[in-house]
Amino acid sequence: MTDTSADTVAAAGRPKARSLYQVSARTRKRHASETRFRMMGLAAVIFSIIALLGLMTSILSNGLSSFKQTYVTMEVFLDPAKLDKKGNRSPEDLAKITTFTIQPLIQTALAETMEARGIAVEGVNAKTAVELISKEAPAQLRHFVLANPELIGQSVRFELLASGRIDGYYKGRVTMESAALDRNISPEQLTLADELKAAGLLESRFNWSFFTAPDASDTRPEAAGLGVAILGSAYMMLIVLALALPIGVAASIYLEEFAPQNRWTDLIEVNIANLAAVPSIVFGILGLAIFINFVGLPQSAPIVGGLVLTLMTLPTIIIATRAALKAVPPSIKDAALGIGASKMQAIFHHVLPLAAPGILTGTIIGLAQALGETAPLLLIGMVAFVREYPGAPPEGFFDPASALPVQVYNWTQRGDPAFFERASGAIIVLLVFLVIMNTVAILLRRRFERRW
Amino acid sequence: MNALKFAAAALVASTAFAGTAIARDQIQIAGSSTVLPYASIVAEAFGENFSFPTPVVESGGSGAGRKKLCEGVGENTIDIANSSSRIKQSDIDLCASNGVTEIQEVRIGYDGIVFASDINGETFAFTPADWYNALAAKVMKDGALVDNTARTWADVNPDLPDQDILAFIPGTKHGTREVFDEKVLEAGCEATGAEEAFKAAGDEKAEGCIALRTDGASVDIDGDYTETLARIDANKNAIGVFGLSFYENNTDKLQVATMSGVNPSTESIASGEYPISRPLYFYVKNAHLGVIPGLQEYIEFFVSDEIAGPDGPLAAYGLVSDPELAKTQEKVANRTPMAPLN
Repeated sequence: MTDTSADTVAAAGRPKARSLYQVSARTRKRHASETRFRMMGLAAVIFSIIALLGLMTSILSNGLSSFKQTYVTMEVFLDPAKLDKKGNRSPEDLAKITTFTIQPLIQTALAETMEARGIAVEGVNAKTAVELISKEAPAQLRHFVLANPELIGQSVRFELLASGRIDGYYKGRVTMESAALDRNISPEQLTLADELKAAGLLESRFNWSFFTAPDASDTRPEAAGLGVAILGSAYMMLIVLALALPIGVAASIYLEEFAPQNRWTDLIEVNIANLAAVPSIVFGILGLAIFINFVGLPQSAPIVGGLVLTLMTLPTIIIATRAALKAVPPSIKDAALGIGASKMQAIFHHVLPLAAPGILTGTIIGLAQALGETAPLLLIGMVAFVREYPGAPPEGFFDPASALPVQVYNWTQRGDPAFFERASGAIIVLLVFLVIMNTVAILLRRRFERRW
Repeated sequence: MNALKFAAAALVASTAFAGTAIARDQIQIAGSSTVLPYASIVAEAFGENFSFPTPVVESGGSGAGRKKLCEGVGENTIDIANSSSRIKQSDIDLCASNGVTEIQEVRIGYDGIVFASDINGETFAFTPADWYNALAAKVMKDGALVDNTARTWADVNPDLPDQDILAFIPGTKHGTREVFDEKVLEAGCEATGAEEAFKAAGDEKAEGCIALRTDGASVDIDGDYTETLARIDANKNAIGVFGLSFYENNTDKLQVATMSGVNPSTESIASGEYPISRPLYFYVKNAHLGVIPGLQEYIEFFVSDEIAGPDGPLAAYGLVSDPELAKTQEKVANRTPMAPLN
């Protein structure tokens, strides 16, 4: 526009010839506006980078510590007088052992260990000392005893989780000052923890159980892990992949290559584009009404989550697949048809393989979007406290499970600050999965994409 | 091509599975987010000590949980609804219309509601009247109802610190808000004489008592207590409303205010000295007892002395143990359905 108007001005009557080396006011103005635009663009990019950096620093600084965990190692005497009063080691009687009967064993064991090592802190008795050890420990011991009844009557070396506050002490979340005000821990207990650490009984290690353990209740944040959530998310992704990819690709091929171009196909096209923009919670409502209330599928199950997320992902996959199919030059299909291939042969032997990288990229991006989705799961009962691992597929698809973003949401709601750290840790895990998926998408595109 | 065939086979297989109903072997619970921590503690301990699988506990709110309970009888409906307020007649009617006739009401204990502020800030000693005068839309002044203009707590009560009024209270969708309205605002309304004035002005039910000022001094928090805590962290002058158990987990960041001179604790709430508390319940669908494995064992375990007693893990987490627990245990053992609401 500016150029044409400049020409008309020039044509109307040029005042006097000017050297090209002399920059006119008009040119200066145009250059200035270009510089301004560049600066604004740069500022926008810098702003987004700062926002991203801020987000990453906050998540990493809060969450990286969840990959470390403090453990207490000590020998516990499996007292037959407490565990097996009848002395017959029968599984039925042993199954009646409760965590409440095991708790005193740990208390005694810790008191004896401290005495043997000469560790004593004023203001800490056997009852408060055992608060250093997670409430998960009796469950761990009970499980061990039921699995190894022959070891009753012996001393066994156990690695027990330290309680959330002690763990927080070695991660900087709990300090002597905060402990003085905290009702769940005292500075004396922290001093005891330091002594245990000096004696080599307490140490921090990489927290594998964060990836494998199930969720835990509010009283034991140190035992909470992502195991069930990762399984649940994986199951749902499998279902989405197995359903959305074939349906999406088939629908796209039909719409792109076979369907007549008329009002109906236009209508379908508009609807697909619309569905891609529908808020995900709507799919949750649909899932509750159809899959749970009508079909009668179980609540909280990955199969329902997977079906709902399939519906949500389908439009994305269809749009990406159609774009990829369109990008294949018609000459290739024409050539195939010209030497006598049927339409189906031309599409499946030539067009589809060439469009595959684009389709896969679209699918992976759709999956990544589905992986991070919480809202539709809220209504189908997957936002829940689930501790049992789902079984192996396909039956496991019908067992209750959680999902990664759901676990983040659940943990941020809990009272104990240790769960905040876990939630940030879960966000990191989720981000790593997303980065991997998106990297694979880019790599596939780079590796196989052909340009014409 | 092969992948496509495989996917098609998977599709067929999954739809075939969808047709057959799978027997459910774990207990399904939904409802109040206030009861959720207690229910998950019990669910966890139940899974550890029994051979039944750990129950699945959903949150989503008391009302939503009761509605889900009343959806009908069968494996696709939940077994237990957690609730931080008592079941309503409308829920019972809905239940009855869907064939859920026998419901057991189990009171698990009491939950205290506390007022807390930043640990390094001023210390507060409130009465319900202070809260009413600070937050209500209309207050009594010189014997007449006028718009609330109090700016600082000292304006409300000279004994309180000269600090701007800013309160984070639970949003209306929370069960906690009902208790706040009833035990704090209405109590304050009555104490200041505003209730009389409202009634005299033709407001029969004195609904003006729970109308709050809208100039930003009172902020509704629709999220959970973690949000209130984060807001207080950002705004050190604010006072927030919390559940006792949440406060007890964050005593290093919050200081609690006394109410009518009483410090909130499980003891003062159990004795009834501390005025702001409410019972917590869960509701069991009797038709599922004996059908869902472990359901009877779970509710008996929940109300056992080991769990819900004064020395149990629930009390340690901040639940105020019910002095009439023995009665509840007996009712649960007999599977006594609840009597009609009075």
